[in-house]
Amino acid sequence: MPVSPTTPPRPRAGLWLAVALAAGVLAVLGAVAFSTALGPQPVSLRAALAGADPDASIVIGLRLPRAIVAALVGAALAAAGAALQALLRNPLAEPFVLGVSGGAALGGSTVIVVAAAAARLGAAGSGWLLGAPPIALGAVAGAAASTFLVFGLGRVGGRLVPEAALLVGIVFNAFVAGVITLMKMLVPPEQASRLLYWLLGSVGYETPGTIAMGAALVLLAVGTLVALSARLNVLTLADDEAASLGVDVPRSRALVFFAASGATGAAVALAGMVGFVGLIVPHLVRRVLGPDHRRLVPASALFGGAFLVLADALARLAFLPLGTEPPVGAVTAFLGGPFFLWLLRRQERGEAR
Amino acid sequence: MSDPAAPIVDVDDATFSYGRTQALRGISFRARPGEFVGLVGPNGAGKSTLVRLVAGLAAPATGRVRLAGLDPHAAPRREVARVCALVPQEPRIAWPFTVREVVMMGRTARQGLLAVASRLDVGAVEGALAACDLGALADRRLDALSGGERRRVFFARALAQEPRVLLLDEPTAFLDLAHQAAAMRMARVAAGGGLCVVAVLHDLNLAGAACDRVVVMDGGRVVAEGPPAEVLTAERIEATWGVPVWRGENARSGAPVVLPEVPGPGERPAGYSRK
Repeated sequence: MPVSPTTPPRPRAGLWLAVALAAGVLAVLGAVAFSTALGPQPVSLRAALAGADPDASIVIGLRLPRAIVAALVGAALAAAGAALQALLRNPLAEPFVLGVSGGAALGGSTVIVVAAAAARLGAAGSGWLLGAPPIALGAVAGAAASTFLVFGLGRVGGRLVPEAALLVGIVFNAFVAGVITLMKMLVPPEQASRLLYWLLGSVGYETPGTIAMGAALVLLAVGTLVALSARLNVLTLADDEAASLGVDVPRSRALVFFAASGATGAAVALAGMVGFVGLIVPHLVRRVLGPDHRRLVPASALFGGAFLVLADALARLAFLPLGTEPPVGAVTAFLGGPFFLWLLRRQERGEAR
Repeated sequence: MSDPAAPIVDVDDATFSYGRTQALRGISFRARPGEFVGLVGPNGAGKSTLVRLVAGLAAPATGRVRLAGLDPHAAPRREVARVCALVPQEPRIAWPFTVREVVMMGRTARQGLLAVASRLDVGAVEGALAACDLGALADRRLDALSGGERRRVFFARALAQEPRVLLLDEPTAFLDLAHQAAAMRMARVAAGGGLCVVAVLHDLNLAGAACDRVVVMDGGRVVAEGPPAEVLTAERIEATWGVPVWRGENARSGAPVVLPEVPGPGERPAGYSRK
C-alpha cells in the first residue's frame, strides 16, 4: 500500500483533550465554589478558609460535602450515559431512561428491606447491613442486573434494537417505582422516608466515610470507562465491523456494562435516582468536542459533576423565599424531560446527531 | 509463508447452517496473495456466509478454515485483524465521526488500549486516504458524504489496517457507474500490491472484467471456478441463475459480457394479459 512520503500532520487530539479537561476541572471548581458560597446563611469563603466559625463549619462541614456528593453523582451518571449511548448506538440512552438507575435503586432498597426485617427479628449484623457499603453493593448489583436485562430484552432476533431496549428500560423504571412504593410499607418510617428520597433523587449531607467510599467507587468505574474509551469508539460500529477491526466485542461490551453499572450504582447509593444527567451532559459535550469517546467520556464526567453541583445549588436557592427546597432529581427531570423529547424528535427526523 | 503461491485463505470442506437452513454444504475455497477473486452466484448461494467464515465472524459446523495459518474464529480478534480486513456491505455510522477518525479506526489492532496514534499509524491513514482519493474529504463528517464517497472511506479504513487479505462484501452495490469503476480499480490496485482480494460480486460484467478468477457458488457449493472467460459461459450462467442470457465479449479486453434476456419494447412476454 502506498504511504505518502510527505510528513503527516501531527495529531492534535492530545491538545484538544488537555484544553477540554482543563476547562472541565475549572467548571467543577467554579461550581463547587459557587455552591458552597451561597445559601440561606450568608458566609464568607475567605473566613471559612481561614477556619473562622461559623463560616468554616457551614462551608466545610455542611455545604462542601454536599457539593462533593453532587459532583461525584453527576460525574458518574454523565460518564455512564456517554458509555451506554455508545453501546446502544443511540443518543437517547442514559442510566435513568434505560432503567439502570431503577435497578440500582431496587437493589439498594432490597438491602434496606432485608436489613429492616433482620432488625425486627433481632438478627446480629442488621445494623451493619443498613450502613453505606452493603447498600452500595446492592445498588451496583441491581444496576448490573438491570443492564443485562435491558440489553438482553432489547434484542430482536439476536440484533440489538435501540428502541426496544429503551422501551424495556422505561417499563422497568415504572415497575421499580411500584415495587419500591410497596417496599416502603414493609420498613420502619425512617427507612421509608429514605426509600422515598431514593425515588426522587436528592443529594444531602453524607458522612466523610460514605463520601470516601462513593468517591473510590466512582473513580474506579469512571477510570475504567476512560480506559475503555477507544474501544467505545469501535463499539459504536456494527458488531461484525468492530470484530473485524480487532476488538473482542463480547468481552469489551461486558467490561463497559460492569463499569457503567458500577458508576450508576455508586451514584444511586449516594443520591437515589437522579435522571437525565447522562443524557444532557454527553450530548452538549459531543456538540463541542465531537464523538471521540477518549475526549467525550472524561469531559462528560467533569462537566457532569459541575452540572449537578449547579443543579443542586439551583434547587437549594430558587425556592429559598418559600422556605423549601425540591430534590435535585426534580430539577434534572424538569430540564431533562423536554430535552429527551427534543432529541427524540430530532432523531425521528433523521438529523445528524 | 516462504512460498508466495501458497494459499493464504484456505477453506476445506466447510459446512454452515443458520438454524435449519444449510448455507454452506461442504465448500472448499483457496485464494493466494496478489490474486483478485470474485465470488458470484444467485442470492442465497452462501457467498456472504463464506466471507464471514474467512473473516472468523462465524465458525464452520464441520470442515476447516485457515487464514494465513490461523484459525480465524478461534484466534484472538486482534491477531486476525492484522491479517484480514473486511469491508462490509452496509457499514453503520451511529455517530458523526470524521473521515480521518473512521479510517484511523482501521489501526485499532495495531494500537494500545487508548489507541494513541503513532507516526506509523498516521502514515498508514494518510496513505490510505490518498489511495482512495479522500484527501480533500478527510476532515468532513461521514454523515455529510454521498453513498459512493462513504464506501471509499470504508475501503480506506480496510487499507489502513494493512491486511494481507481484503474481503469485500458487494463493493459495488448501490453505486453509480463511476463509483463502481472506482471500487473495482481500488480492488485491482490492492491485488497488484500483493494483497489477496476476495469480493462478493453480483455484477458478472464487473467480475468478468476485473477478477483474476471467479468462483461460482450455488446452493452452498462451488459449481465452477477459474478464469472469468472460461467459467462465465452462457450455459453455466443459465444453469446456475436460471435465466436465459446473451453472452458476448469485450472487443478490447476479451472479458465476458453478460446480459439477461428480457422482453424489449413491443414484445409480449408470457403472462402479459392486458389487451
